[in-house]
Amino acid sequence: MTMATIPSFFETPAPAGLTGIRAWLLTHDHKRLGLMYLWAVLFWFAVAMIIGLLIRIELMTMGRTIMSAGVYNSAFTLHGVIMIFLFVIPGIPAIFGNFFLPIQLGTDDVFFPRLNLFSWYLYILGGVLAIVSLFTAGGFPDTGWTFYVPFSIGTKHNVPLTVFAAFVLGMSSMLTGLNFITTVHRKRAPDMGWMQIPLFTWSLYATAWVQLLATPVISITLLLVIAERLLNIGLFDPARGGDPILYQHLFWMYSHPAVYVMILPGMGVVSEIIPTFSRKAIFGYKAIVFSSMGIAIAGSLVWAHHMYTSGMSDTAIFVFSLLTFLVAIPTAVKVFSWVSTLYKASIDMSPPLLYALVFIYLFSVGGLTGLVLGAAGTNIHVHDTHFVVAHFHFTMFGGTGFAFFAALHYWWPKMFGLMYNFRRAYIAATLATVGFLFHYVPMFVLGLMGMPRRYYDYLPQFAHGNGLAAVGAILLVAGIVLMFVNLLLSFRSRVPAPANPWGGCTLEWTVPSPPPLHNFPLQPSIQEYPYDFTEILRKAPRS
Amino acid sequence: MDSGEQHLSSYATLALVLVALLVLTGITVAVSYVDLGRFNVPLTLAIASTKVSLVLLYFMHLRYEGRAIRVSFIGTICFLAIMIGFTFWDVAFR
Repeated sequence: MTMATIPSFFETPAPAGLTGIRAWLLTHDHKRLGLMYLWAVLFWFAVAMIIGLLIRIELMTMGRTIMSAGVYNSAFTLHGVIMIFLFVIPGIPAIFGNFFLPIQLGTDDVFFPRLNLFSWYLYILGGVLAIVSLFTAGGFPDTGWTFYVPFSIGTKHNVPLTVFAAFVLGMSSMLTGLNFITTVHRKRAPDMGWMQIPLFTWSLYATAWVQLLATPVISITLLLVIAERLLNIGLFDPARGGDPILYQHLFWMYSHPAVYVMILPGMGVVSEIIPTFSRKAIFGYKAIVFSSMGIAIAGSLVWAHHMYTSGMSDTAIFVFSLLTFLVAIPTAVKVFSWVSTLYKASIDMSPPLLYALVFIYLFSVGGLTGLVLGAAGTNIHVHDTHFVVAHFHFTMFGGTGFAFFAALHYWWPKMFGLMYNFRRAYIAATLATVGFLFHYVPMFVLGLMGMPRRYYDYLPQFAHGNGLAAVGAILLVAGIVLMFVNLLLSFRSRVPAPANPWGGCTLEWTVPSPPPLHNFPLQPSIQEYPYDFTEILRKAPRS
Repeated sequence: MDSGEQHLSSYATLALVLVALLVLTGITVAVSYVDLGRFNVPLTLAIASTKVSLVLLYFMHLRYEGRAIRVSFIGTICFLAIMIGFTFWDVAFR
């Protein structure tokens, strides 16, 4: 049987004998699970994006535009909870990590395939619980995604179930992290040393450690909030000897490292795309590897920079401000390495590369504005203003979101064996980027002018900025919708994708598109250096 | 250690560890009746840590595991220590 005639994983259920929907719902195949995550994550992304658009339309004009203040409070809470826990955290690792980590390691599946399926069910259960929480007990939670005490303990809205949903989603995230760490240690191809692992997998490995170590902290903290509400223990209540700032410490111990759970896989995606379309070995492979681990470690030590105005001690503010600046170093190492890879490269423009370039630009702005927030002095001025909202979205949406889009365009041909329309992809990327800038740049200005975040109404001096941001939001959503329509249209046009459409040199490009069930019909040969393009360039047609 | 290998502890070793745990529990109870001032809490924590270490090393087989598992475990302990320790930058100086 030749490579081309091997049936793909779509035609080969695992375990064998399952048919129809059962072949998906009971599957152990990491690729099917990756696709199951894809559709579930995209559903939640669409829901949260629509809620986000409604929030911006509400803020387009002063006073009431389309919703009441109570609904607005619930809307930004839901937007945050869904985007964070159901899209950004699981997005890249659960979809592309599940699909490509085993292939990049030269193996046939993750170490615990059944646990992988269980993680997916936990993810779905968490999503269902989040929906149920909207329509039961006190209804839509209104605390913001941070669930800060004392409000989260006092509000009549249905906080316990939403918090429990986040707890279940955390379990899913932890188990995926555990699976990835074990797979990297135990299942990679026998000839593959640590310095031959592709950078995307390295980034997932670093991420998995943060998922595994930090998630239990938030899980316990969320359970403590439920215990506070139901049993009145007094952990966070000063009247009973509790400490509300303790909640913030516990919350950010996870939720700041979680930011790196969100961004590190995105950085891994970009580290794959840049060398492929530069036809050139990535600049500073080892530096990128160590910077991933450095970000994972340093990023776990800076949580209290979210708390400078909380009443924390000055000593803590000084220490955490200093530590925050350390994270900029490994992050800059990555950005400089990507740019250096592009320098004097034979660049082949493509939709994945365009998204990756937009990522570098937007993420750099997000990172640099992070220094404004990390410095204790300037932070006081912009704390809890729209400046924070803009910074956060530049890193998490301009960063992780655009890296997610880049990954979709990079690996779509491999996952489905279908190629999409390039022209529409370019138009969508441009529209989304322009919309993004119009959407979030005004928020930086609004924040510096003093407009608080999460407020339902605002003063007349903030009207222009909010109007512009709303127009930007509409453009941004139009670009994203066009992008998804373009990708989905590939199922109708059915233009087949070759095994290696981009000239990539990591292992996923050596198997058919879409891959067969066991990934590698023969034991894959591992390159001495994972980004050695010598062979690719030798086979390339001369122009 | 290969995934196929398994270490079986002797009954004597397990019994010794059990006795050590019971003795340490007795010491914990005894110490609670003695006023050592500021040293009460550190001493109790030290005994508890020793007991946890014995359980992990012998009952949970950490002593016989490979390097990856040991490093992972020590890393987890360091992470927890940092989380608790760094919080004291705030609490101790507030």
